[in-house]
Amino acid sequence: MIPEFGHLALTLALAIACVQSVLPMLGAGRRNVQWMQTARTTAILQAALIAIAFGALMRSFMVSDFSVLNVVENSHSLKPMLFKMAGTWGSHEGSLLLWVFILAIFGAAVAVFGGNIPLTLKARTLSVQAWITVGFLSFLLFTSNPFLRVFPVPLDGNDLNPLLQDVGLAIHPPLLYIGYVGFSIVFSFAVAALIEGRVDPAWARWVRPWTLAAWVSLTAGITLGSWWAYYELGWGGWWFWDPVENVSFMPWLLGTALLHSAIVTEKRDTFKSWTILLAILTFSLSLLGTFIVRSGLLTSVHAFAVDPERGVYILALLGVSIGGSLTLFAARAGAMEPGGIFGTISRETGLMINNLLLATATATVLFGTLYPLFLEAVADEKISVGPPFFNASFIPIMLPLVIVMGVGPFLPWKRADLPGVLTRLKWVAAISILAMIAVWYWATKGPALGVLSIGAATWLLLATLLEWGKRVKLFQEPLATSLRRARNLPRASHGMTLAHAGLAVCILGFVGSSAWKEEVVTFVETGTDVKIAGFDVQFQGVEREMGPNYIAQVGTLVVAKNGKFVTTLHPERRTYPVAQSTTTESAIRQTIAGDLYASIVEPSAESARGKWTLRIIYEPLVNFIWFGAALIVLGGVFSLSDRRLRVGVPKKKISRAVPAPAE
Amino acid sequence: MKRILMTLPMVVVLILGGFLYWGLNADRNPNEIPSPLLGKVVPEFALDSIDGVGVDGFGSAELSTGGIKLVNVFASWCVPCRAEHGVLIKLAAREDVDLYGINYKDQPIDAQRWLAEMGNPYTGVGSDFTGRVGIEWGVSGVPETFIVSPDGVIMYHFRGPLVGDTALRDFGEGLRRAREQIGQS
Repeated sequence: MIPEFGHLALTLALAIACVQSVLPMLGAGRRNVQWMQTARTTAILQAALIAIAFGALMRSFMVSDFSVLNVVENSHSLKPMLFKMAGTWGSHEGSLLLWVFILAIFGAAVAVFGGNIPLTLKARTLSVQAWITVGFLSFLLFTSNPFLRVFPVPLDGNDLNPLLQDVGLAIHPPLLYIGYVGFSIVFSFAVAALIEGRVDPAWARWVRPWTLAAWVSLTAGITLGSWWAYYELGWGGWWFWDPVENVSFMPWLLGTALLHSAIVTEKRDTFKSWTILLAILTFSLSLLGTFIVRSGLLTSVHAFAVDPERGVYILALLGVSIGGSLTLFAARAGAMEPGGIFGTISRETGLMINNLLLATATATVLFGTLYPLFLEAVADEKISVGPPFFNASFIPIMLPLVIVMGVGPFLPWKRADLPGVLTRLKWVAAISILAMIAVWYWATKGPALGVLSIGAATWLLLATLLEWGKRVKLFQEPLATSLRRARNLPRASHGMTLAHAGLAVCILGFVGSSAWKEEVVTFVETGTDVKIAGFDVQFQGVEREMGPNYIAQVGTLVVAKNGKFVTTLHPERRTYPVAQSTTTESAIRQTIAGDLYASIVEPSAESARGKWTLRIIYEPLVNFIWFGAALIVLGGVFSLSDRRLRVGVPKKKISRAVPAPAE
Repeated sequence: MKRILMTLPMVVVLILGGFLYWGLNADRNPNEIPSPLLGKVVPEFALDSIDGVGVDGFGSAELSTGGIKLVNVFASWCVPCRAEHGVLIKLAAREDVDLYGINYKDQPIDAQRWLAEMGNPYTGVGSDFTGRVGIEWGVSGVPETFIVSPDGVIMYHFRGPLVGDTALRDFGEGLRRAREQIGQS
């Protein structure tokens, strides 16, 4: 009964979304306040109904209701409760339901918290949001109903892929989706503004918190996915430039550009059509990601339920939403006159360079991701594009970006004194060059790009700290004064410092773990010694252990350095009898300096019994990635909590800051 | 000018959409990547024989003379190999095809026992215990079977066991095309 209830709720939600997609839009055109105000009710009701449907599906998973096909295919009664719940979004249908759920939540959030947004803009935005909901809800209901029943009812389920039985799965997709789908509301704002024919600083101010919220979630989601691949899947790396990773990275890159161009629109009333275009394209890339992942268009290490039939439907949705919005853009954006003018050297220019480089980087990733498809279509040749292409094309675009990032925050709006700023940064430059020389001397091998990147990261980190120090007058004033200044700085400004510094820390991690990584793959028997990165690793055999729904083969490795015992590592190989699959549980010794990462695979040959394939990797600085990413997310959250974003209308600055003592 | 500029994103997206639509073509399998060795001369190698099997080892020299050759990559630990073995015996019975076996990452004693038990269809069997030669041939899993032309060019590459109608049809088609190409049929 409850699954049918969920199905009914979804159908009702579709009906309500249909109303919401028409009535407020018409109301906004005719200045009919009542029609416009229906958007609030319908948006909330829609979210509530989809929540009921989502709850119904989750309940079916929790109680292991095997009369529901989706539960049979993706769950098992022996599975731990957390993973039963996570199984709700483990399938195509379930994850699409989550997608629509988040879409509706964002709509409802704008309806509830968007009190400061003018009624017409809000009504139009919610209508546009409802168009997207209608598209995806009908897709869900007509092609991918998660509530299908099965008869006769099977005794037990087919289990969820054991690889996915990890806390990472429980939170990685939802976070990623909040990011992906969160950009929908920014898209809706942009389309509504195009229909309205007006973009002004106030618009940029309303849009910014939503962009920021989506961006923060996407950042966290991507990091978590990468972390998950690294720690749980035993892939021995954190990024593979796989199509599925790329499609989540592209909205992030363009979303980052949007975040920055919206600042210019807000503060200087310019870059308007560009900001609108970015808002449309960022969500378009999210849609493209959904499409690529679910259509089986490209070859990928990630497996998803793939169905070309569904692919055609999503492509049609894509065509309507992206094509439609860009047509509207072509018709309307030309009329948006640029506002403030600015000099060649100014913060505007800095942010423009940021945007151009980020857009170029996005285009590069897009091109590399789709190139196999282009080539196959045009020349009927099959190739795959891998890390060498992306490393060679993406990093050279990012390096200048990082350099400009160090300088940008020093530049004032309108016109800046570049020589003056550079003079201030001369020590930073000197230390960065020293760091490069030191790294070059210490690391005899490794690519030159690695050394350059270390220099760039040092530059960015120090310049960012210097800029923050300058603003709070650190060491120029008594500490108490500096602290007070820091308290009075807008939170968004701390947010920027945190995020920029976080990126610098991340880059150190990226470079360290890819340029100076060491790897040994070898056959081992009990007693075999392996040397890597100064460690002596001894393999001491494998023992069998029983887990709740798996059997584990646990290896023991004793690690020593310079003859002194360091640690023991226990990499595992788990077999799940029900799902008939095996997973690798790597063992990792984590330190700030780097991770020693070990995984084992049983020999494929009967004859090689007692021998195991041991893979040991030393990844220097890899933990900097997670730490840096955490800083970036923290910076975003800080910025999101800025008072200025909650207070909609620019108020006259009330001098809350006590006049500082003479400077 | 400005109009054109503002229309540009739409045009780019439309072109992109065309490619994506083409990509949805149901006959397409993006995961099927052709062997990079197709049309190339077999890699330089020489494999030692396995004691007690009764046939010699072989290398690139043997593959560059004579008629059409099949090179089968197998191992005693590989279950699908066991399944396709009967098919290989039938194939080898055809006069115009020489079947060679690369014994991949396998103990020679196990391979010898296996061939004694199952029958030996191979004209030559070489032991590739380290898997080195397998790498040169681009082997991604066992079993795999290659069709090599009289002058030692790889003409066809089949991954997986030669079992079942689809596999046999595909492989037969590959063999037919190989013959046509060298004008033997």
